[in-house]
Amino acid sequence: MDFIAIFSIFVLACFVGYFVVWSVTPALHTPLMSVTNAISSVIIVGALIASAAAGSASSKWLGLAAVVMASINIFGGFAVTARMLAMYKKKER
Amino acid sequence: MEFQSILSAASGGHGLAVNPWAAVAYLVAGVLFILALRGLSSPATAQAGNRFGMAGMLIAVVTTLLTHAPATADGLLDTIGLVEILVAIGIGAVIGIVMARRIAMTAMPQLVAAFHSLVGLAAVAVAAAAYLNPTAFGIADAAGEIFTVSRIEMGLGIAIGAITFSGSVIAFLKLNGNMSGSPIMLPARHVINLGTLAAIIGLVAYFTVDQSPWVFWTVTGLSFAIGFLLIIPIGGADMPVVVSMLNSYSGWAAAAMGFTLGNTAMIITGALVGSSGAILSYIMCRAMNRSFISVIAGGFGADDSGGGAGGSKEQRPWKPGSAEDAAFLMSQAENVIIVPGYGMAVAQAQHALREMADQLKKEGVNVKYAIHPVAGRMPGHMNVLLAEANVPYDEVFELEDINGEFAQADVAFVIGANDVTNPAAKTDKTSPIYGMPVLDVEKAKTVLFVKRSMGGVGYAGVDNDVFYMDQTMMLLGDAKKMADDIVKALSGSGH
Repeated sequence: MDFIAIFSIFVLACFVGYFVVWSVTPALHTPLMSVTNAISSVIIVGALIASAAAGSASSKWLGLAAVVMASINIFGGFAVTARMLAMYKKKER
Repeated sequence: MEFQSILSAASGGHGLAVNPWAAVAYLVAGVLFILALRGLSSPATAQAGNRFGMAGMLIAVVTTLLTHAPATADGLLDTIGLVEILVAIGIGAVIGIVMARRIAMTAMPQLVAAFHSLVGLAAVAVAAAAYLNPTAFGIADAAGEIFTVSRIEMGLGIAIGAITFSGSVIAFLKLNGNMSGSPIMLPARHVINLGTLAAIIGLVAYFTVDQSPWVFWTVTGLSFAIGFLLIIPIGGADMPVVVSMLNSYSGWAAAAMGFTLGNTAMIITGALVGSSGAILSYIMCRAMNRSFISVIAGGFGADDSGGGAGGSKEQRPWKPGSAEDAAFLMSQAENVIIVPGYGMAVAQAQHALREMADQLKKEGVNVKYAIHPVAGRMPGHMNVLLAEANVPYDEVFELEDINGEFAQADVAFVIGANDVTNPAAKTDKTSPIYGMPVLDVEKAKTVLFVKRSMGGVGYAGVDNDVFYMDQTMMLLGDAKKMADDIVKALSGSGH
């Protein structure tokens, strides 16, 4: 994709982010941080490409290290968010 | 067929030659991430949102594994390479899940800081891998020259990633108590910081004309240093802002790598996370009445030696009370508002507090909780701590929503909070907390104030006029023990 196309997606996504985040209830700001943490580990895509590529051993090992780090974040981030969200309960009536 | 050709036409030129179906899959992942955040608008939809996030991540990972499977020289699947990758994911999964299960809810800010540091370091590793093997990332021409625009993206990616990593490590050490929470002030730190920052920007610009290793690695090293230098002068009380800010940076780092790879899932996520962290930092700054610049410049709490506003330590009369008095007053009340602060969580009093509220509700008292935005150590932290103690979320209210109700409340029960109830923030222009939004507890008919002793003061080091008002009763003691004693007194008197 050319730079302008990617940049347009980025700018529009910033606006989407702005409105979506303001609509998050303050009571869930901690889960918001842990889930954003988990999804920002989508950087694992770059790590997987580096791990799979031929041509440079150091690049491959950096990639594998990044896969481990990003996986800790993905699994840990989603799991801890799920654990927190399960605790939010409504009043029993 | 038609669709494929349209998509391939749209995806030529920058980054990897992306399979059109893969491009669609990444877009779907990005949309699922938006839905994940959207779900958090209410606790009722939040769990579904989290599952959208997991689905998005699964799609992104599987798509990448399918389109970039490790291949041997003759083009076959490299099984060993694939196993290595799956083992790496497995190691991460085990560590991540164990951490997520074991962590205490009070330690959530540290965990989030630790996770941020990993995103930062992963971004650095990916950027370095792309630098070392640019053709694999499709960002170099046949001669191995990296495209100019990719050099900028890569330079920014590694700089932001390295700042996120070292900054988060310091934030983690401060929150976890391995490092003093008090600000560490280097002489001439503003000159050093601005100089380092200018050097990073200058070198990233120079990187566009010279892709020598020394430029790349110097940017990396300087960025690690600036992350460290930026966070050490920031005091413990400002950590909620710092954690939110690093959350934002981790997003921008992911976005920068997304530009390098031309990957929509990464760009959308980066923009979402970046805005999320920025908004949370803004909310935290507003709640503390501090400007973002002054937080980043650091040093809050360093000038504590002045001892706060009045300074004159004359003994003012205050009224002590017992758990039995408190139990009696609250059981006779119609409306009770509980104001919990971080001190309550430190004393692990949240379960005892919820039992107290249950007892009161049994006696027909209307109980609500009032949460100040900075009641915990990170945005929304107190809500999680109360949820853990089985407090229903529809009894918990934010400052703006409940402040008008204190005037109708018979009892305001303040436990482990101080500065956030101080009326000096509204009236005393000389007070260091002047202008900070506070909970109007002084408007309640009676204020019960649980506090360890009369000596200690809150983070800001300011005395609180609420202690000395006629309608205030000071309940001195450990928060958990006090709540337990009130529960006992309530159950004793009831039946």
